[in-house]
Amino acid sequence: MTEPALTPSERSGIVRDGLAVGVATGAYGIGFGAVSVASGLSVAQTCVLSLLMFTGASQFALAGVVAAGGAPMSGAATALLLGTRNTLYGLRMAPLLRWRGWRRAAAAHVLIDESTAMSVNRESTAAARLGFLTTGGSVFVLWNLATAVGAFAGEAVGDPRTFGLDAAVGAAFLALLWPRLKDRRNVLVGVLAALVALSMVPITAPGVPVLAAGGVALLVGVLARGEDPTEIPGPGDVGGHR
Amino acid sequence: MWAAVLLAGIGCYLLKLAGLSLPERVLSHPTVERVADLIPVALLAALVAVQVVADGTSLTLDARVLGLAFAVVALLLRMPFLVVVVGAAVVAALARLV
Repeated sequence: MTEPALTPSERSGIVRDGLAVGVATGAYGIGFGAVSVASGLSVAQTCVLSLLMFTGASQFALAGVVAAGGAPMSGAATALLLGTRNTLYGLRMAPLLRWRGWRRAAAAHVLIDESTAMSVNRESTAAARLGFLTTGGSVFVLWNLATAVGAFAGEAVGDPRTFGLDAAVGAAFLALLWPRLKDRRNVLVGVLAALVALSMVPITAPGVPVLAAGGVALLVGVLARGEDPTEIPGPGDVGGHR
Repeated sequence: MWAAVLLAGIGCYLLKLAGLSLPERVLSHPTVERVADLIPVALLAALVAVQVVADGTSLTLDARVLGLAFAVVALLLRMPFLVVVVGAAVVAALARLV
């Protein structure tokens, strides 16, 4: 397939946008590091989560469930369920990025909300790859550095309530959810899921209510009718690029 | 804890790799696509609710609610992610001082 090469100004525009998102999102890793340590994970466990899992919502979910007193494996299950959305992004991005072999295996690691958002609307494979790599790469480097800084700071703080870190977790989840609330069905599912989770809090072990709320998605998804385009974040949905 | 960290970390990577490797038609069933789209919505909404008003196995209203209220306002004003999260923490911390 022949595609026109990117002009220098197109290249620098894509790189600049990617780096801007990388800086904004990466900085937020400080919050994750602090919250994770406050939740009871060690500094090493916190840093391994950012290096190995590298998908913010899942990392916060694991820390959040553990902080609420849930079993670590309940946290892992919630993290994995949230991680399924990266599979959707991958299915949508694969024909655009067209990588094979080790390049695909490496690219998969930085397949996240931000790298998808900054490359899904590009018109050529070259532009999509450049947007994907600059965004994914800069988020990865800065997110991990910031996680380490936040983790050591969190360790120094001690009690998460001191600086309102416990409130930061709820705000983080809301910020991640926010772009999806433009759709009325999603608002309905969100409200139902929140109610289901809260009604389960007094009667189940911590960690279970969130997993049970996932059942709302299953129920509504099966009962609903009509086509619904897969939700892929766009450039307006990621932090620092609004 | 280490087992959960490693298992979930490796699992999340494999979910990403599966997305880039599987043929696109696995998503072609509308019900599968809908459920897959709704799972993050349901889980994130539940996580917001539980993080803000659950305390172990009881429900409670405290400074975290004020933090969340700040987050809502900040998001409505299209503030950056970091402002939303740090601001919510600061609001909750200040409320506890009062």
